Amino acid sequence: MTTVSDAVTTVPVRRIDIFRRPKATTGFWSWLTTVDHKKIGIMYAVTALVFLCLGGIEALLIRAQLAQPNGTVLTANQYNTMFTMHGTTMVFLMGMPLAVAFGNYLVPLMIGARDVAFPRLNCFGYWVFLFGGIFIYSSFLLGGAPNGGWFGYTPLTSAPMSAGYLPGHGPDFWAVGIVMLGIGSVTSAVNFIVTVLNMRAPGMTLLRMPVFVWMMLVTAFLTAFAMPLVTAALTMVFFDRNFGTNFFNASAGGDPLLYQHLFWLFGHPEVYILILPGMGVVSEILPVFSRKPLFGYAVVVFSGIAIGFLGWGVWAHHMFTTGLGPVAISAFGISTMLIAIPTGVKIFNWLGTIWGGSVRLTTAMLFALGFIAMFTIGGLSGVLHAVVPSDTQQHDTYFVIAHFHYVLFGGLVFALFGGMFYWFPKLYGRYMNEKLGKLTFWTVLVGFNLTFFPMHLVGLQGMPRRTYTYPKNMGWDIYNQIESVGAFIIALGVLMLIVNLWVSRKHGVPAGDDPWDARTLEWSTSSPPPEYNFAEIPVVHGRDDWWHHKYTEDDEGRLVRLPRGGADDDPVPAESADAAGTTVATAPSGPLEPAAEHAQGHGVHMPDPSYWPFVMCLGIPLMGYAAVFQNVWFVPFGLVLILFGLFGWAQEPATE
Amino acid sequence: MKDRSTRPGWRATLTLLAAAVIVLGACGGGRENGQNVFKPNGTAAHKINNLFTPVAFIAVGVLVFVVGLLLVAVFKFRERPGHPTNVKQVHGNTPLEITWTVIPALILAVIAVPTVSTIFDLARKPTGNVVNINVVGKQWWWQFEYPQEKIVTADEFVVPVDTQVRLTLRACDPTLGQSGYTACSVIHSFWIPELAGKQDAVPGRTSHLNFKADKTGTFLGQCAQYCGLAHARMRMRVKVVTVAEYADWVRSQQAGPAQPFLVDGKAAPGAASLIANRYQCTNCHIFDDSKKPSYGPNLTHLASREVFASGDYPLTRDNLVKWVMDAPSLVPMESQKCLEPPPATCVGMPSFTKHLPAGRQPMSKQDAETIADYLLAHK
Repeated sequence: MTTVSDAVTTVPVRRIDIFRRPKATTGFWSWLTTVDHKKIGIMYAVTALVFLCLGGIEALLIRAQLAQPNGTVLTANQYNTMFTMHGTTMVFLMGMPLAVAFGNYLVPLMIGARDVAFPRLNCFGYWVFLFGGIFIYSSFLLGGAPNGGWFGYTPLTSAPMSAGYLPGHGPDFWAVGIVMLGIGSVTSAVNFIVTVLNMRAPGMTLLRMPVFVWMMLVTAFLTAFAMPLVTAALTMVFFDRNFGTNFFNASAGGDPLLYQHLFWLFGHPEVYILILPGMGVVSEILPVFSRKPLFGYAVVVFSGIAIGFLGWGVWAHHMFTTGLGPVAISAFGISTMLIAIPTGVKIFNWLGTIWGGSVRLTTAMLFALGFIAMFTIGGLSGVLHAVVPSDTQQHDTYFVIAHFHYVLFGGLVFALFGGMFYWFPKLYGRYMNEKLGKLTFWTVLVGFNLTFFPMHLVGLQGMPRRTYTYPKNMGWDIYNQIESVGAFIIALGVLMLIVNLWVSRKHGVPAGDDPWDARTLEWSTSSPPPEYNFAEIPVVHGRDDWWHHKYTEDDEGRLVRLPRGGADDDPVPAESADAAGTTVATAPSGPLEPAAEHAQGHGVHMPDPSYWPFVMCLGIPLMGYAAVFQNVWFVPFGLVLILFGLFGWAQEPATE
Repeated sequence: MKDRSTRPGWRATLTLLAAAVIVLGACGGGRENGQNVFKPNGTAAHKINNLFTPVAFIAVGVLVFVVGLLLVAVFKFRERPGHPTNVKQVHGNTPLEITWTVIPALILAVIAVPTVSTIFDLARKPTGNVVNINVVGKQWWWQFEYPQEKIVTADEFVVPVDTQVRLTLRACDPTLGQSGYTACSVIHSFWIPELAGKQDAVPGRTSHLNFKADKTGTFLGQCAQYCGLAHARMRMRVKVVTVAEYADWVRSQQAGPAQPFLVDGKAAPGAASLIANRYQCTNCHIFDDSKKPSYGPNLTHLASREVFASGDYPLTRDNLVKWVMDAPSLVPMESQKCLEPPPATCVGMPSFTKHLPAGRQPMSKQDAETIADYLLAHK
């Protein structure tokens, strides 16, 4: 079950050795060339947190501008740039990659694998993401940042620059940059799908997988099918803008609504791409800190899958005011209401998990509980949007801003912040500071509600979104002031989180391998895990297999702790009865403890690091600049780097 | 007991929370600002409000139930001394799970029925005595054309009270006969919250909005779909007047200009000559015929309006002089290309005092005042 068992027998082939195979395991070069899913996961997380700060600064500038009527902090174009970049950053450069960071680090550990299926492709995906992000942000210095909104409606974005709709190169950078990021997202999604379907440990059937893995699998399918749609839409925008193709130019027979259909056919599954990993994280945290299994595992999993499917049938609820006709909008209104059912089921199952448990209010648990409450608010305002006539008053106002921040911030971000506190000890063998953590939670919770709750009200009092200024006699001032104060409180909370992450890495309280008394396989290995994750691939005998190595149930269903390592002489849970012989018996000092010879790394072959994915990715932004500036001189450089990287990659064995 | 000492703290928190909810609820309706969804003044807005209110109450009820359950669970089952941690392991409960699948489904079904019937109700074409208005969204102002009355106006329109109004919304102006990107604008969204929900004006498409105002007064709105640089300033207002006042307004709008613009086929000396010859405002505006739409707002009866400049500024002499000289200082626009010969495609009104093409003299304040006074005489 090693990832590369065939590589050992590879006959040496003559090949062009430009680079000697990188060997560094620590320091700068180890990060640049690593193919280890854990290191790549950390790089995703760090990069996403940097983008979280950038997107946060943009949000603070927005709130500073709107803190009072007729604000003068930003000009109109600067403001339009800020909300465009805030949305683009938080969706494509923070939300998706931060979820991928968790998936990258945890999915192989949770399914008992040693790495992902395609380690170098994984590394490629990261570099594409990083360079795509840098490419989009370089627009600030190179001719104007995106300013057409994060969903960039045509013909505003697709009209040629000469039409004078939007100043600068913004929409070009935006379209090309997101297409670029899409390459990274799709490769990482394909990797997740293959990893989850093919590399699970023996006995890890699909319905024994942790819910987080399930949600990442659904997310990966959504990503793989949704990103091509936005790629097509944005390519058409770019072609309209630069080559006069007129896909969306009404006066030449094109249709601006075609873009909206394409974009939201991507964009709504995208919402679930963002929220499902959060639901997965919460489904892991709640059982651990309630000392109870997830209530109705199968129902939670199938609800997630149902959300994934239904997510494809609701896109036009973003278009209720475009004039699709009463039949179409009725259908999409009802399909949108349908999605509330599996979502509600999940919420009640989470409540069922806590109910009757022994609830430990750690920071991770607080964030997970906060998720349930905040996400419920976002879900319910979503039902108000499904009531189409009501949506025609709420659409494009601050009410919508409130709604999707409750879903994506109150949902995804709360879950991922909780996940950081929960899994940090696995990454570094140390706890994050719990006291500071709880303070962070309350700060973020208060700041978040101060910022976004008033938006419901001010939106219904007539304040549209994306307005850089508002007059002072509308009665909106007080709400906006509260919102701006709230935004800075959130910023304080995020700052505390980052300090906590940074300091705890080296100075946190040592945590041991299984500090939370957790349930899933990643806690059965050391903290931090060895490069090969598991010295011996675990054999799985049930859901929450690691838990059943530690506990069993008595006749009344109450927990009974098994003596450490003593599974042989003690009652063994029925479903893991045959585990005693194969896995546990070989581990005298504790279940699944690596045998000494494996701990040296003997007998486990891991893929070697590689320069090639990085080299290949260097060429991609050059091609992007060639497209944006229509400058053919970038092409040879970009093309050479890409082909050179591809060739070297193809020639190089996974391990040698 | 230990947890009794902490109880007043929780009680205070709960009281604060309740107070916050009440305060928020009380000011939730907000001020009478003329643009408030909570203060409907038209049939469509009433129907929407009557649908929104019960659904919002159901939503708040569900929220209180879920969050209440969450808080009870956390307080009741939190780990504390004296409570066993070896809790009973419950893996699920099928009847319970079916219950909490079916009940939300039933609630949603109850919501769906009036939703669908209201959708069809609002889409129904009004019959009988209907005021039809063609609305065109432009960057960044709204044009209102009354096809039966043959009136074209901008930024502000007038309708009779208790009368069906049917708006036909477009982002392309079929009457201008232009081609390429200048024939159409981008997507705008027409929204006067106190009369009706919003409806987009999409290039190449036609959509409709029906309402009947049940009160006289001025109601405000603004473009709700991001449409570029000056989106925040793209406002409109509707004056709802009595049927008699409406007839007067129509007559006054149908009349010719207050002062002749052309004399013997040429612009009259003075203001008209400045407008037509020196500053070539006539490239985009019409000054003497309220029947025709134009690329920029029709200015034949400008002085009859309360607002101008994207509907965002009150029509005062000071504002008008400033606008004539340097419009982008009031409404952000990238429009200096309008001044370059031959007239390039441009969006918005250029500044006549700043960023001028080489060799072009800035507009004097005196010229601006002459033009402003001329326009202000055009009731």
